[in-house]
Amino acid sequence: MRELATAVRIFVVLTILTGVLYPLVVTGIAQVAFKEKANGSLIQRRGQVVGSRLIGQPFDDPRYFWSRPSATAPFPYNAAASSGSNLGPTNPALIGEMGSDGKPISGAIADRVAALKAAGSDDGPVPTDLVTASASGLDPNISPEAAEFQVARVAKVRGLTTERVRELVKAHTSERQIGLFGEPVVNVLELNLALDGSK
Amino acid sequence: MGWLQIALYFVVLLLCAKPLGLFMAKVLEGQPTWLSRLLGPLERLIYRLSGIKPDTEQSWKTYAVAAILFNLVGMLAVYALQRVQGCLPLNPAGMAGVAPDSSFNTASSFATNTNWQGYGGESTMSYLTQMLALGVQNFVSAATGIAVVVALIRGIRAREASAIGNFWADLTRSTVYILLPLSLLLSIVFVSQGMVQTFQPFAKAQLVQAAKDTDGKPVIEQTIALGPVASQVAIKQLGTNGGGFFNVNSAHPFENPTPLTNFLSVLAILLIPAALCVTFGEMVKDRRQGWAVLAAMTALLLIFLVPCIMAEKSGNPAFKSLGLATTANWEGKEARLGIENSALWATTTTAASNGSVNAMHDSFTPVGGLMPMVLMQLGEVVFGGVGSGLYGMLVFAIVTVFVAGLMVGRTPEYLGKKIEAFEMKMASLVILIPCCLVLICTALALVWPTSPPPSGEEGLGAGGTIVSQGVKGMANPGPHGFSELLYAYSSMGNNNGSAFAGFSANVPFHNFLGGIAMWLSRFWLMVPVLAIAGSLARKKVVPAGPGTLPTHTMLFVVMLCSVVLIVAGLTFVPALVLGPGIEQLRMSGGRH
Repeated sequence: MRELATAVRIFVVLTILTGVLYPLVVTGIAQVAFKEKANGSLIQRRGQVVGSRLIGQPFDDPRYFWSRPSATAPFPYNAAASSGSNLGPTNPALIGEMGSDGKPISGAIADRVAALKAAGSDDGPVPTDLVTASASGLDPNISPEAAEFQVARVAKVRGLTTERVRELVKAHTSERQIGLFGEPVVNVLELNLALDGSK
Repeated sequence: MGWLQIALYFVVLLLCAKPLGLFMAKVLEGQPTWLSRLLGPLERLIYRLSGIKPDTEQSWKTYAVAAILFNLVGMLAVYALQRVQGCLPLNPAGMAGVAPDSSFNTASSFATNTNWQGYGGESTMSYLTQMLALGVQNFVSAATGIAVVVALIRGIRAREASAIGNFWADLTRSTVYILLPLSLLLSIVFVSQGMVQTFQPFAKAQLVQAAKDTDGKPVIEQTIALGPVASQVAIKQLGTNGGGFFNVNSAHPFENPTPLTNFLSVLAILLIPAALCVTFGEMVKDRRQGWAVLAAMTALLLIFLVPCIMAEKSGNPAFKSLGLATTANWEGKEARLGIENSALWATTTTAASNGSVNAMHDSFTPVGGLMPMVLMQLGEVVFGGVGSGLYGMLVFAIVTVFVAGLMVGRTPEYLGKKIEAFEMKMASLVILIPCCLVLICTALALVWPTSPPPSGEEGLGAGGTIVSQGVKGMANPGPHGFSELLYAYSSMGNNNGSAFAGFSANVPFHNFLGGIAMWLSRFWLMVPVLAIAGSLARKKVVPAGPGTLPTHTMLFVVMLCSVVLIVAGLTFVPALVLGPGIEQLRMSGGRH
C-alpha cells in the first residue's frame, strides 16, 4: 500500500516535470529562437497564407509542376489527416492486373502515367517518384528528374523558354544536406509560386 | 552516397555509445557527474515531494511491485485523459473523447513502451493528451526499462545480497539525468530544422490550385495540423517509444523535415540501447562483456539491414512494364529521405523496439518488409527497447551459456554466477511468452468471427462464409494481407509498435486483444527478469575455471547470435512463408 502511495505521488511529480514543464520550456525556446519554423514555415502572399514550405499541395493543371501522388482522404494533400497509400507491391490497385477477359486493368501507377502523358509531359520513361504515392501524402518535394520530366510541358503551356523554366527549377532545388544526407529534391509549391510570379 | 550515409551512421553511433554509456553508469550508480550541480536539486526535490528514500534497497519482489504499480497508475491516467479530453483545455481542434476500446489499447501501448497506434494523432488527440498522457509515458516507460536492466546488472554482480537497488531512485535518475537533458537538446535542434513546436491552432492555407475531394466537391483550403511536436518527437526517438504525433509518424514533413533530422532521429533510436551495453560492461567491471553484447547486436542488425536496402533499391519488377524509369520502390517513401534512409530506419526502428516509421512498411517489397518483421520476432533484443533490449539480450546470453554447458557437460555460469534450474525457467518464460503471444493472437484473429455476424453482403466472404476479424482488417489482397496481420501481432506481442499501416486495427477486437498482448509482453517479461536478478544476487561468485566459457570472445558473439536466430527461426518460419514468402515468389514470377 505504501508503494502505491509512492507510485501515485512520483507519477504526479514526473507528469508535471515531463508533461508540462518540459514541453513548455521547449516551446518557449523554439518560439524565441526559431519562431517562423516552430509555427510551420508558413508562406504568405499578399497577407494571405498560401501554404507551408514543408507541406505539399495538389497540382494537376498542366501549367504547374505536379507533386507526387497523395493518398490522403478525402482529397489529396489533406494536411489535417496524413496518410500513405499502404498498397503492397503486388496489389492490383497499385500495379494493375490482367483481367479475366485478357485485357489489362490499370492500377494507380498506370492511371497516373496516363494522366501525365495526357497533360503533355515528355514521352519516355517516367521518373518513379512522380507516379508513386509518398509516405505522408504531404511530400513537398519531387526528384530533379521528375521536375526535368515536366519542364517542357510547363514551358510550352506558359509560353516560357525551357531555359527560363529550368532556371527556376534550379533555384528551388536543394542539394543533399551538407553534401551528404538525403536526396536532392525540388520544392514543388515554391517552384509553382515562383512560376506564377514570373510573368 | 546511400551506402556512405549508412556507414557514417554506424561510425557515429558507436562513437557516441562509449561516452554516454560511461556517463549513464555513473548516474545509475548514484555517483556525481558534471550535471549533478545543475540537476541534483531537481532530483532531491522529486524525492522529497514523493516521499522517497533513495538509499533504501529493495528485494526483487518489492522492486517488481513498484515497477508494475507505477506503470498501472500511468496506464489509468492515459486512459482517463483520452476519455475526457473533450472537456479539457489545450484542445484547439476540438477533439472529442476517445472511444473506450481505443483508449485502453493506447494506454496499454504507451505504458508498455510499445507505442502501437490504432488512431491517427492529428485527427484524434488534443495537444493536452499528447503532452500530458502520451509524452509523459514516453519518458517514464523508457526510464522503467533502464531501471529494470540496471537491477538485473546489480543482481549479476552482487555477492550474496538480497537487494537489487531502489526502483524509485533508478526511475528518477534515468529521467532527470539521461532522458530529459538529451530530449531538450535534441528537440531544439529539431525545431531549428523546421519541426513545429507551437500551441497555436491548426493553420489554414489558400490552395494555389483548387482540388476536388472524392465526391467531386471543390476544395480551396488546406488545414495544416500543428502542435507541440518537436518536444514529443525527441523523447519518442530517444526512449524507443515511437508513437508519432501525426498519423504517418516520422514520414510527416513536420515530424521529420530534413535529412539531418532523419539522421539524428535514427541515431536517437539506437543511441541509449547501444550505450547501455557500455554501461553494462562498466558496471560489471569488465568492459569487454559490454562490447561483446554490442557486437552481437550490431552484427544481427547488419544481417537484416543489408538485404532490406538491396530489396528496396532493386524494387518492384512490375514498374518496368509500367514504363517507369527505375524499379526502385518509391511507393510509400519520401523524396527528401530516399530509399537507403527509409530502409535504415525500417530496420533500426524494429531492431530497437521503437516502431516509429519514416516510410510506409506496408508498401515495402516482400523481402524489404520481411526484414523489419523478423527483427521484431527476434524478441526485441537487437538493441531492443531502452533497457528492455539489453535485459532481453542478457537473458539470451544466459541461455547461450546454458546451451554451451550442455554441449560440454558442465554447469553453466555467466559472469561468475552459476546458472541453475530457476534461472533457466525464468529465461524460458522471457523467450517463449512473446513467441506465443504473436502466434496465438495471429491465429485467434484469423478464426475469430466478425461479430455480430453481419447480415447481407457486407462481412461475408466468398460463398457466404463469415469473415474473421483478422481477414476483415486486411487492406491488401492475397499473402500481403496475411503479412499485415502477422506484422501487427509481431509488433504488439514484442512491444515494438510499428505497423503495416493499411491494416485496420482500430476496432474493439484488435484493440482489446492487442492491448492485452502488449501488457503481457512487457510485464510478464519484466517480472521473470527481476526474478533472475534476485536469484543471481543471492549467489556466491565462483572463480572462472578451465571449464568456464569466456563470454567476451568472438566465439561467444557468434553463438549468441546463432541462439537468437535459431529460436526465432524455429518459431516463425512457417508463418513467414505464408506471407512474405509466397508474395516474393509471386512478385518475381510476375503473377499478381
